[in-house]
Amino acid sequence: MRRGEKRESGVGGLVRGIAAVVAACCFGFAWAAEEPPKAQPVGDPAIEARALKLGHELRCLVCQNQSIAESNAELAHDLMNQVREQLAAGKSEEEVRAYLVARYGDFVLYQPPLKASTVALWAGPFVLALAGVLALWRVLRRRSREEMPALSAEEAAHAQALLRGEGKEERS
Amino acid sequence: MKLKYLIPFLIFVALVALFAYAFRLDPREVPSPLVGKPAPAFALPRVDAPGTLAGPADLRGQPWLLNVWATWCVACREEHAMLVRLAREEGVPIVGLNYKEIRGDAELDASRLSPQEEREAALLRARTWLAQHGDPYRFSVLDLDGRVAIDYGVYGVPETFLIDAEGVIRYKHVGPIDEQAWREVLQPKWAALAGAKR
Amino acid sequence: MIPEMGQFALALAWALALVQAVLGLAGAARGSVGAMAAARRAALAQCAALVLAYACLTAAFLRIDFSVLLVAANSSTRTPWFYRLTGVWGNHEGSMLLWALSLSLWQAAVAGFSRSLTAAFRARVLGVLGTVSVGFLAFLILTSNPFERLVPMPGEGRDLNPLLQDPGMIIHPPLLYMGYVGMAVAFAFAIAALLSGRMDAAWARWSRPWTLTAWVFLTLGILVGSAWAYYELGWGGWWFWDPVENASLMPWLVGTALLHSLIVTEKRGAFRSWTVLLAIGAFSLSLLGTFLVRSGVITSVHAFATDPTRGVFILGLLALTVGVSLLLFAWRAPRLSGGGVFAPVSREGSLLVNNVLMAAAAGAVLLGTVYPLILDALQGAKISVGPPYFETVFVPLMAPAVVLMALAPFLRWKRDALARVLRRVGPELVGALLLAALGVWAAGHATPGAYLGLALTAWVALASLRLLVERLRQGAAPGLAARLRGIPGSWWGMWLSHLGVGVFILGVTLVGALEQRLDVKMMPGQAAELAGYRFVLRGVSEVPGPNYTAQRGEVEVWREGQMRTVLVPEKRAYFRSAMPMTESAIDWGVFRDVYVSLGDPTGDGGWVVLLFYKPFISWIWFGAILIALGGVAAALDRRYRRLARRRDSVPVPEVLPEPVAEAAR
Repeated sequence: MRRGEKRESGVGGLVRGIAAVVAACCFGFAWAAEEPPKAQPVGDPAIEARALKLGHELRCLVCQNQSIAESNAELAHDLMNQVREQLAAGKSEEEVRAYLVARYGDFVLYQPPLKASTVALWAGPFVLALAGVLALWRVLRRRSREEMPALSAEEAAHAQALLRGEGKEERS
Repeated sequence: MKLKYLIPFLIFVALVALFAYAFRLDPREVPSPLVGKPAPAFALPRVDAPGTLAGPADLRGQPWLLNVWATWCVACREEHAMLVRLAREEGVPIVGLNYKEIRGDAELDASRLSPQEEREAALLRARTWLAQHGDPYRFSVLDLDGRVAIDYGVYGVPETFLIDAEGVIRYKHVGPIDEQAWREVLQPKWAALAGAKR
Repeated sequence: MIPEMGQFALALAWALALVQAVLGLAGAARGSVGAMAAARRAALAQCAALVLAYACLTAAFLRIDFSVLLVAANSSTRTPWFYRLTGVWGNHEGSMLLWALSLSLWQAAVAGFSRSLTAAFRARVLGVLGTVSVGFLAFLILTSNPFERLVPMPGEGRDLNPLLQDPGMIIHPPLLYMGYVGMAVAFAFAIAALLSGRMDAAWARWSRPWTLTAWVFLTLGILVGSAWAYYELGWGGWWFWDPVENASLMPWLVGTALLHSLIVTEKRGAFRSWTVLLAIGAFSLSLLGTFLVRSGVITSVHAFATDPTRGVFILGLLALTVGVSLLLFAWRAPRLSGGGVFAPVSREGSLLVNNVLMAAAAGAVLLGTVYPLILDALQGAKISVGPPYFETVFVPLMAPAVVLMALAPFLRWKRDALARVLRRVGPELVGALLLAALGVWAAGHATPGAYLGLALTAWVALASLRLLVERLRQGAAPGLAARLRGIPGSWWGMWLSHLGVGVFILGVTLVGALEQRLDVKMMPGQAAELAGYRFVLRGVSEVPGPNYTAQRGEVEVWREGQMRTVLVPEKRAYFRSAMPMTESAIDWGVFRDVYVSLGDPTGDGGWVVLLFYKPFISWIWFGAILIALGGVAAALDRRYRRLARRRDSVPVPEVLPEPVAEAAR
C-alpha cells in the first residue's frame, strides 16, 4: 500500500507538471473511523504481479489465441500455477520460460525468440522502413536535381511550375 | 526498370500461394519439442496397485506407448477399443497416464474433496471404467494434478507417445488413434523400433 | 415467406450488381451516356434490394423464426430483442450480408452524391464497385446463405454467443464494416484512374472526402472494438494484437498513409503511382483480413466457425480482385510518373516519409500476422507472434512518425531547410524533452518507454499549440472569432487528428506505466485497498437475467472516507454455454478508471475479486475520438463542397474531357 500511495501522488505530480488543469488528481488519505476487516490478497502480490506479466506473454495451447493469464481453460490455469510456483521458488522469468519451451516448444512464447528462422520476422519491418526512406530520399534528390536547374534558369519555367502547383490539373 | 511496378503483384502472388498451402496445415497441432529427448521420469501410483509407484524406467529395453487418458474424455472412449486390440493382438506394450481424473472433469467440483478422497474417487472411476471397457494397459498410473502431463507437454487428451527401448520419445500422436492413424503413421514407426530391437 | 423474399432480394441484388458492373465499365469505355446512367440506377436498385434482404433477415430474427437456421443458431426465445437485432450479424452469414449491405450503401452514395465527377469517371467507379459486389454476393449466395431453412423447426434456439451480447457490439460491427468497405470506394477510384489513365489533382480532390469518410468509420469502429474488449474481457486490456484486430489496423494504417499521400498528389501531381498503390492496398488488406478471419488458416479469439469451402472461395475472390488490380497497376502505373518537383526537406517530403513509416508499420503487422504460417509452411515449425513482438517493432517505427507528424506542418511546401525549422520549433522540442523528464521523475517511474511516451505527447501538444497560435496570428481578418472561422476544415482536421494522436499516446503511456492490479480473496464485509481506494465487498447474490443467471457482487468504492459508488461486477452463466462470462464493473473517470471484476468463488463463501486502477485509460478513447473528429472536419472542408457546387453549375465537360481513345486501347 505504501507503494500505491507514493505512485498515486506521483501521478498527481506528473500531471501538475504537464498542465495545472489536472489538479483534481492529487489526493490525500483519510479513512472512515471504523475499519472493516482486511481481505487476503491472492498469493504474494509481488509474485502475483510477476506471474501475471509473464503469463500475458505465454500462449495458451488449447485456446484460440489467448495468453495463459487471460484464458479460463483448465490447462491455462495449471500452467499459470506452475508459473506462480516456480517464481515463488525463486526461479527467474527466463528459467520459467525455458521450462515451458522445453515441454511445449517455441509455440508458447508470444515473443518469438531470435533465431535463424525468425531473423526475417524481427528485421523485416526495420529493413522495410529503412529501404523505403532511402529509396524515397534518392528519388526526391534525383528529381530535384534533374528539374531544379531548368527551373531556376528560366523564369518562365518557374512560373509554369507555380501554376501547375496550384493545380489546374492537366497532366495525365 | 518498369519491373518495379510488378513487385506488389509478385508479393501478393507469394501471399496467395502461402494461404492456399495453409489450408493443408493444422494451426492447432503443435509439434512436441520432446521428440528425440529422453521421456521425462515419473513415479506415480498404479491404478491397480496404488501402493506401488511406477514410471518409464519399468519399460526399459522395449519400445512402448504412453497413452494419456481419462474416463471423462470422450475421444478416449473412441480410441479405447483400438488400444485394447493393439495390446491383445499386436502385443504392443501400452502404459496409461490417467490425466486429472477428478479435477479435469468439468462436471465435478474437485475443490470440495480432500486429497485422500480425490485419490479414492479417481481409483474407483478408473478401475470401473477399465473393467467395463477392457484394460489395454501394462499398467496405468494416476496423474491427479496433471503435473506429469505438463512435463510431457500434454495439451489435450488423448495423446500418445511412442517411446523406444532406450527410453527416448520418438513420436507424439495428438488425438485418438484410429485404424488409419495406426496403420499409416504409428504402426510403421512401431515396427521399425520393434524390428531394431529384435 | 419473408426469408424467401430475402433470398430473392439477394439474388436480385447480385443480378443488379452484374448489370451495374458491365454497363458501368463498358459504358465508360464506349462513352455511352445511356449505359452509364443505367449503371447508376442499377447501383441504387442494388442498394434497395440489399436493404430489403437485410430487413427480411432482421424480421426473421425479431419474429423469432426458428425455421431459419441462422435464427435458430444465433438467438433464443429468451434473447432480448436488441440482441436479436444484433444477432443478425453475430455470425458468419449475417455479418457477410452486413458487409454486402455496407458496400451497396457506399455504391448508392457514390451514385447519389458525386455530381462533381464526370459521368464517365463515375460510371467506372460504379463499375469497379459493382464487380466487387458481384463477387461478394456470389460468395454469400453460394457458400453462406443466411436464409437457409431448418427442418424440422426446433422449439428453442441456441442463443447468441454471450460475448456478443453487449451494447458495444451493437455499434461496433456496422461502424467497422462501413470503414472496411468504404476503402472499396478509394480502391474503385484508383482502379478507375488506372483504367482511364487519368489521374490528376482533381482525382485526388474527388477521392479524398470519400477516403476520409471511410477512414473515420474505420477509426470509430476500431475504437469501439477496443473499448468493448476493455470492459468485456474482464482484465482491462484494450488491445491484444489478435489477427482480427490486426486485420482492422492494417487498412487503417494504409488508409492513413493514403490520406496523406493524396495531399501530395493533389498539390503536386506527384507520387501518383504510390497513391494508387496505397488505395489498392487499403482495400486489399481489408479483404485479406476478411479472408484470414473467415478461412480458419489462422486462429483468432474472434473467428466465427470456419469452413474450408468458404476459405477457398474467399481466397479465390481475393486473388482475383487484388491480383487483377495489381496487374493493372503494373501495366498502367508507369505512365503516372512525373509531377511537380520538391526537395527532400519540404512539407511534401515529410508527408512521404511518414507514408513510408506507416506503410512499414502496416507491413510489420502483416508480417507478424502471417509469419507463423510462413514458418509452418516452410519448416513445419510452430511459433506464436503476439503482443510483445508487435510492441517491440511498432514503437520504433511509430515514434519517428509522430515526431515528424508534429514537425511537418511547420515545414514549407516545396523546399525548406531543416535548420530553419528546428530553430523555429526549438523551444517546443526542448520544452517537450524537459517536461517529459519532469513527468517521469514526478511519477517515480523512470523507464525509457514512459519517457518516450511523455516526450512524444508533450512535443505533439506544444507543437500543436504553437501551430494554432501562428495560424491565428497570420490571418488577415480582424478579430479572433473571424480568424478562427477563416481557418479551413482541412486545417482543423489535421490539427485535431494530430492532437488526438498526442492524447492517445498519453493514455497508452500512463496506463501502461502506472496501472495497478490486486487480486484478493474477499469474504462479504471485507475490504481491500488499492491506489488510495478502498473496496468493500457487500456480498454476492444470485440474480436472474433474461437468458442467463448471474452471480452479482456489490463492491463499495471508498475514497477519503467517502463512499464514491457501488460497483456491481457479475459472473454470468448463459443458458447457451457452459463457459462463464465476466461482466466487469467500471467507475469511469477522466483521469482514472476503477475497474472491478469477479474471479472464482473460493468455496468458503468468499470470492476472488480483481481490482484495477487504470489511470488515464479514457484518454486512449478521447484521442481516438479526436482523430476521428479531425477526419470529419477535413471531410467537411468547404473546398470539396465548393467543388461540387461548381461542377453543378457548370456543364460537366468543363476541364475534363475523358480520354476515351486511351481507355479503349
